[in-house]
Amino acid sequence: MTGTLVNTTVNGDAVQFACPTDESLLDSLRDRIGLTGVKEGCGTGDCGACSITLDGELVCSCLVLGVEANGREIGTVEGLADGDKLHPLQDQFINNAALQCGICTPGFLVAAKALLDKNNNPTEEEIRYALAGNLCRCTGYDKIVRAVQAASKDLRKKK
Amino acid sequence: MRYEAPTTTKEAASLIAGEKGEAFVLAGGTDLLVRMKTGLSDPDLVVDIKHIPAMQDIKTTDSGTKIGGAVSGSRLNSNKKLKKAWPGVVEATNLIGSDQIQGRATMVGNLCNASPAADSVPAMIAAGAKAVVVGPTKRRTVPVEKIATGPGRTSLAKGEIIESINLPKRTGKSGDAYLRFIPRTEMDIAVVSAGVNLTLEKGLVKTARVCLGAVGPTAVLVQKAAKAIIGSKLDEESLKKMADACSAACNPISDKRGTVEYRTKVAGVLAKRAAKIAFERAGGK
Repeated sequence: MTGTLVNTTVNGDAVQFACPTDESLLDSLRDRIGLTGVKEGCGTGDCGACSITLDGELVCSCLVLGVEANGREIGTVEGLADGDKLHPLQDQFINNAALQCGICTPGFLVAAKALLDKNNNPTEEEIRYALAGNLCRCTGYDKIVRAVQAASKDLRKKK
Repeated sequence: MRYEAPTTTKEAASLIAGEKGEAFVLAGGTDLLVRMKTGLSDPDLVVDIKHIPAMQDIKTTDSGTKIGGAVSGSRLNSNKKLKKAWPGVVEATNLIGSDQIQGRATMVGNLCNASPAADSVPAMIAAGAKAVVVGPTKRRTVPVEKIATGPGRTSLAKGEIIESINLPKRTGKSGDAYLRFIPRTEMDIAVVSAGVNLTLEKGLVKTARVCLGAVGPTAVLVQKAAKAIIGSKLDEESLKKMADACSAACNPISDKRGTVEYRTKVAGVLAKRAAKIAFERAGGK
């Protein structure tokens, strides 16, 4: 292994990797840890396909250096499901056909979860603002918004 | 590229001052990583300031509120006290980018990136904010309007880092507001913007500061605009005088987002609207 050693936590598991200092966390997650749920769309923070949480905060992993992850907690789309049981957001994305090509979907799921963690009953406007940093060129967004609304209802019922 | 994450500002300043090649401060990274990705910058040294405790603080004391250089937009947004005292400053910062960007982007980064269209800057200048600048040997406190000198350029010497932004203490009836014009509802760069901060005494404007964004190479503090509303109740005549002073202070460019004429006119309109919001927030009727 060459590069700087990074000790971090990903979806609750301790993970160690080494990477060059100028590598983005997006590349580290995909190429060093094999978490290919994080997607590269633009690589400049505009599209949100690489969304993750860093210490609970929603961020674009393309705008974080891999070395910055040292000692921090990362959440990716791979951490959403509980074993074989999908997260309500994932279920409702399927039920509502809220995806076509799927490239943007992990980012949308992570961003939508970050929203619902803070606000379990968002209005349509709040959902649209919260997902403004995620671009989808297939669905026209409406089905995604409906899926988030349905999942928020499911999550409130569960409690 | 060397990556350093010191725990004091002085150390960070010395590292940058001592680097012969290209050295950058890394706070939120929302500008720096884009520069690196697109080949605009190829740093030899990056100094991550997020491990410096003073950079992460939001502290209110008798003299005002100190916001650390690495405090993200989303942390500002979750600070209720700050939002109540300086709603305009917080709103301006929260207009920058998406929730993902807010998770990382900082006010000081916005200031040091020195874009003429930076959203938090006119609001900070209107607020009378000061920047605490730390170098390897000295520290100094500078009004925010003295930091940017042109697009992408600042008055900071090599090795000087902004540790915090100090907002003055709120006294009596006061309010601030920031508005920007963009052709869409979200995720865009200001075509024109205006920040207004004022205090009231006996229902009249006692002090005011008006600052415009994206109408010149740096944000413009318009003293004549402030003067036009001081002593008034924001009646139509004073508001018109203020708007005219704003338009007269504009020195914009024409580009795909707006023409010189458009920016000049809208600057006055936005300043009026922002002044009305600030007045209402201060309890004015």
